[in-house]
Amino acid sequence: MSKITKKDVEYVAKLARLKLSEEEKERFTKQLDQILKYVGKLNKLDTEKVKPTSHVLPLKNVFREDKVGKSLEVEKALENAPEKARGFFKVPRIIE
Amino acid sequence: MKILNFVRDRWAKIIPRGVFTIVNPAPLRGARPGVEYEAIIGLEIHVQLKTESKMFCSCSTEFGAPPNSQVCPVCLGLPGALPILNEKVVEQAAKAALVLNCDLLKVSSFDKKIYFYPDLPKGYQISQYYQPLARSGYVDIKVRNTRRKIRIRHLHMEEDVGKLVHGEGVSLVDFNRAGLPLIEIVTEPDIRSPEEAGEFLMRLQSNLRYAGVSECNMEEGSLRCDANVSLRPKGTHELYTKTEVKNMNSFKHVMKAIEYEIKRQKRSIEKGEKAVLHTRCWDPERGITVKMRGKALAPCTPHPDLGPVILEEGFIASLRSQLPELSLNRSERFIQQYGIPAPDASVLTSSKELADYYEECIEASSAFGDGSWELNKRIANWIMSELLRELKGKGIGIGACKLSPQALVEMIALIDRGTISGKMAKEVFVEMFETGKRASQIVKEKGLIQISDEETLTKIIERILKENPEVVEDYRKGKEKALGYLVGQVMRETEGRANPQIVNKLLKKRLK
Repeated sequence: MSKITKKDVEYVAKLARLKLSEEEKERFTKQLDQILKYVGKLNKLDTEKVKPTSHVLPLKNVFREDKVGKSLEVEKALENAPEKARGFFKVPRIIE
Repeated sequence: MKILNFVRDRWAKIIPRGVFTIVNPAPLRGARPGVEYEAIIGLEIHVQLKTESKMFCSCSTEFGAPPNSQVCPVCLGLPGALPILNEKVVEQAAKAALVLNCDLLKVSSFDKKIYFYPDLPKGYQISQYYQPLARSGYVDIKVRNTRRKIRIRHLHMEEDVGKLVHGEGVSLVDFNRAGLPLIEIVTEPDIRSPEEAGEFLMRLQSNLRYAGVSECNMEEGSLRCDANVSLRPKGTHELYTKTEVKNMNSFKHVMKAIEYEIKRQKRSIEKGEKAVLHTRCWDPERGITVKMRGKALAPCTPHPDLGPVILEEGFIASLRSQLPELSLNRSERFIQQYGIPAPDASVLTSSKELADYYEECIEASSAFGDGSWELNKRIANWIMSELLRELKGKGIGIGACKLSPQALVEMIALIDRGTISGKMAKEVFVEMFETGKRASQIVKEKGLIQISDEETLTKIIERILKENPEVVEDYRKGKEKALGYLVGQVMRETEGRANPQIVNKLLKKRLK
């Protein structure tokens, strides 16, 4: 496993919409590198014949019928919103 | 990036090669005088599937409800909510895959596609990245009489995101759309021109509508299309840096945006600029594309709450048996079987309902007709000119049409028998379309029966001749046009009910 660089941290921070200070970038680079090294120990195991597992329960085709049920009341849906307006969630203006 | 690679490498073992190759080839550098370029186009299409309820919860999918009135803990991504897959979504998506000639994968699974944007309530979108529902399909297109295959790389299920409304300093979010079922269809870069892109979309739309899986209406957002465009010197096989173009809301605009993008890239290459992978936004007002943002790839990780979808052979077989004959094949059969011209066949098979209507007419016509191609063509003409015009004027589809195929054919039979003239028939037709009454009834009510009786017509002709001695003189002197005038007078006298062929014959005989 190769080393995590500051550039990697900056990239992930950008995807996560996080603003990091220079000091934080340095610190997280070191910490993430340590974490990854630790997890990297798993690479020593021979998993050639092991199937990737994302679920521990042997469930498949868990379906529901295509039936309309009750939705939340608008007031209820917006209850936890820091800001709202006319039934909408209000956020800072987003322009791509 | 390496953290993501870690997850990725772990999964790469079970995924066929190619899926992880993030296609970002080198830019095409430097102008080469005299070099001809060809466009390499791939499309990414999102289609909303027809269901009653959302993909993972029981909120309604109905369009036009007040903002945030069709949301619940699942589609809002509140803590502890458990998504459960709607079985109808699997059925609709699998049907779509079959009519696009894809191979359905026995096992497919769901992933979280992680990115942050206000239209995404959970901080991730449920999608299928590692194991999509289907791969390796194609759509046949026909451009300038050449049939060609446009390959489809894969088709997967995913949920829709919310809708943003931008205002002064704020953006407003409506999550009614979040969680609606979509399929994403990704083509191979097989398309070479705006025209082919348009034809591909039309065929795709037609196939999906035939299968009944989606409305596929671009203007209403149930079909959305992004285009990846790059150029290369004609005759070479490399791929170069592309741009992704978004924000087209009709097939016409997709074609226009691609056309513009090809021109823009050509200019850019000739100026020696370095191409960068990025997203561009089509501005329909100005007819240009504008740089939007750099393209960041969202990391994906398996969704722990959603188990795999396993498609059984029996399920696939039963879907296959429900599939209709698709438009291009049907159009070719119409040409062969009914002897109608290719453009007619293409219009008549543009929707399943219209094609069904035409075939019902043909069947009904066997009661009186000879099944000749002339009759088939005449039926086609009535549908294509009169019927489609009236439907368009009313803004309704053929499904809501009061005029049955049997009634239309009965009217055509009345023309053939000489009961009414072609001109009267147009009037009868409009009345039938409006009221759903039978042709024979309207003819009786309006006294529209055509006058073919020679004795009656001869009397009228005698009178007309007496009133127009100078015209008669002209005709006798060899002025052919004068005859037309006299026929016109007879038609006027009878309010258009005289049989023009017989009037012609009688006049000629009388003036010899």
